[in-house]
Amino acid sequence: MAEEFVNIEINGKPVKARKGAMIIQVTDANGEYVPRFCYHEKLAVAANCRMCLVEVEKAPKPLPACATPVMEGMKVFTRSPKAIAAQRAVMEFLLINHPLDCPICDQGGECELQDLSLGFGRDYSRFSERKRSVPDENLGPLIATDMTRCIHCTRCIRFTEEIAGIQELGMVGRGEQMKVRRYIESTVNHELSGNVIDLCPVGALVSKPYRFSARAWEMTAVPLVSPHDGVGSNLYGHVLRGRLMRVVPRQNEAINEIWLADRDRFSYEGIYSPERLERPMVRENGAWVETDWESALAKAAEGLRAEAGSLGVLASPSSTLEELYLAGRIARGLGSANIDSRLRQRDVRDQHNDPLYPSLGMRIADIDALDALLVVGANLRREVPILAHRVRKAALRGAQVAFVNPAAFRYHFPLAAALESAPAALAGDLAAVLGAALEAAGKSAPAHLAQAVQAATIGQTHRAAAAALAHGEKRAVWLGALALRHPRFADLRALAAAIAQTTGASLGVLAEGANAAGAYLAGAVPHRVAGGKPAAKSGLAAAQMLAQPLSGYLLVGTEPWLDAPDSGAERTLGQAKFVVAVTPFASETLRRVAHVLLPAGTFAETSGTYVNLEGLWQSQTGAAQPVGEARPGWKILRVLGNLLDLEKFDYLSSEQIREELAGLCGAGTAYAAPAYTAAHAVAPGSEAARVVDVPMYQIDALVRRATSLQNTLEGRTSAVTY
Amino acid sequence: MSNDTHTTPAAGDIGLLSEQTRREIDHWVAKFPPGRQRSACIAALRAAQEQNQGHLTKALMDAVAAYLHLPPIQVYEVASFYSMLETHPCGRHHVSICTNISCMLNGADKLIEHAERKLGIKLDESTPDGRIFLKEEHECLAACTGAPMMMVDHVFHEHLTPEKLDQILDELK
Repeated sequence: MAEEFVNIEINGKPVKARKGAMIIQVTDANGEYVPRFCYHEKLAVAANCRMCLVEVEKAPKPLPACATPVMEGMKVFTRSPKAIAAQRAVMEFLLINHPLDCPICDQGGECELQDLSLGFGRDYSRFSERKRSVPDENLGPLIATDMTRCIHCTRCIRFTEEIAGIQELGMVGRGEQMKVRRYIESTVNHELSGNVIDLCPVGALVSKPYRFSARAWEMTAVPLVSPHDGVGSNLYGHVLRGRLMRVVPRQNEAINEIWLADRDRFSYEGIYSPERLERPMVRENGAWVETDWESALAKAAEGLRAEAGSLGVLASPSSTLEELYLAGRIARGLGSANIDSRLRQRDVRDQHNDPLYPSLGMRIADIDALDALLVVGANLRREVPILAHRVRKAALRGAQVAFVNPAAFRYHFPLAAALESAPAALAGDLAAVLGAALEAAGKSAPAHLAQAVQAATIGQTHRAAAAALAHGEKRAVWLGALALRHPRFADLRALAAAIAQTTGASLGVLAEGANAAGAYLAGAVPHRVAGGKPAAKSGLAAAQMLAQPLSGYLLVGTEPWLDAPDSGAERTLGQAKFVVAVTPFASETLRRVAHVLLPAGTFAETSGTYVNLEGLWQSQTGAAQPVGEARPGWKILRVLGNLLDLEKFDYLSSEQIREELAGLCGAGTAYAAPAYTAAHAVAPGSEAARVVDVPMYQIDALVRRATSLQNTLEGRTSAVTY
Repeated sequence: MSNDTHTTPAAGDIGLLSEQTRREIDHWVAKFPPGRQRSACIAALRAAQEQNQGHLTKALMDAVAAYLHLPPIQVYEVASFYSMLETHPCGRHHVSICTNISCMLNGADKLIEHAERKLGIKLDESTPDGRIFLKEEHECLAACTGAPMMMVDHVFHEHLTPEKLDQILDELK
């Protein structure tokens, strides 16, 4: 359908506008500024602040630009005396009850009301009566409130209703008594709740952890990439005198739009945790002593060389690409192929058939346009909040979304089918869904799955899930973290791939960590060398390294006993002869098992690259000064490489490392959505299995130490084992 | 197509709504297109209020929310906005003396003073015997020709004088 256009005039300038567009959209697109508070391009039109009043020819009164559709021949004046008078009058009313506390308000300096009152306000107030004051709301540990400052734009309310999908805030009372209130006792509990801080045009909703700690104009904004999930949300780190004061979203319509998950926004608190390791430490005769870098690194190199015959390297999948690459080079340089970053994955039977890297199988931005989606083993809102938001958008548009999960997780959109499937039954249920899909398509099962499909009993929900995938044209099947942690992941993937193939869907794997894809390209998995090429001889996977003690371990940014609960990591590592940790944090457990601790920078203190689940390489420079004597991880590993006499380890910058790796990857750096095409045979039947659902604020070392996140309702939940 | 286990469960107890209230709500819901049951919120709250001697409780509002499949906050918004919905216990008879401009110019303030003295309560309070509730404020009731005026339980009384006011209030049982 071709778009229709109308001709209108803005301030005497003729422009073409899409039919049905609101005046404010057209003025914005043509660089004509119209002041506004309640209007927001991502939210529904409310037209309640009246700040955007403009003059329209032949209209008897000024009209709100946000709620007036353009019409053929319309003449709009945004700066005529009538428009300006209306805007100034509205401004005067908005300021009547607004306190003059800008000097102590966190929003001061980045406040839309402050800015617009400079442009449209009077320089004195004609209102000499008493201003009203409104009691504050306790919205939980993340959002601080000053409700007296509220100007009732309702952006936060519309956000909770339209974007978050659960309305938690509302407008209670009327006239002078009108207040934004939360739903009586509940705190705001949503994985995207922090976004209301950005949306609030005044200082009514501000960040609680950041409150009263800095001024907007003192800080430098440094672009960063979020290190918590495979989305790679774009951030700005706001830095004051070398310290990261807060994190705000960096708009990227192809990834996180203007939103941030609370995990990405508030995890920075962990950087300044009391458990932060500030100086290199070595254990001498059972006691920890602080030492200088030189001797700590020498001791680390010496120990690693001594245990090179039985060495395991475990790296956090949220390490930078550069760190992962160097960790892989060190492991292989010492003659060990035992390197892994898939800490929670247990089943690696089929890993030789892995595609180039675990991929979403599609662009993140294309999720909105999906017509059908089957999600297997994913607590989507907890694992990848931004993707869950996009799935919600697709579902509200009419996409058929079906889940096969161990429990009925709550989603704020209609589901086409929800199959509750205990871990032991998961493979059987997937085979049944595949059977239903094959039946509907009139095909027969591929040989390697024939037995499994034949053994499956196809029920009504299986058919409903398969039927959902027949909807529309753009379809996808995703395997989430709960599937990845499943002891029969290989089988689940083979079945999911067959479902995808039968229904014409793409297959995606929501691998954990910000650099799960990068780890494959960097050679930080036992079966791949740098460049993503298959290793001649594959080493031990993480689960094996954690179950059977090796004599030496190098830990990069990981705490395996927490990253891989139930793996027996603490006991296994405790039996090793020598453990080196390159880590920002030193917990009691780490001090018990390690021999050398090398303080590394967190994501905000190092330059580096993250490869997200769609294969996008995103690089950042460091934002904050590393705490104490901590150094960026890549520098530590580089010197370690030098001390181990490994060849060509003289990198001068992280860019140089990235370029070298990019050269090895060749076409691997381009977007390709590598597919899984192997024929892994699945045996029928079920076997007892357990899968841990790690709470969203427990997934990596940094969020585990973000105090405010830990204090939320979600942060206080413990892991559920299905 | 929606699966109930995956949508926001409204915590309210539908059992609090009487048979008649539910019939009344169903009657209003049927007037709107499917999925637009939010439009029946005002009528539903009025029915619930009637069943509870003229005022709403949080439990009742939650019950309405559950019955209409709405987030509870959306019901609170409506209940707190409309002046004919009361969210606190109050007297049987709702008396609103108009104080908008025409009535004000014709002596509404004196009438309020008179009523307050007579009943021994202030605006927004009820008499201890639960007979009369003096509403705090009401928007213009569009009977300016008969100013000063008041509304008692949805009935207009115009051209008020203190004597007439006494008589009307005395007749309320």
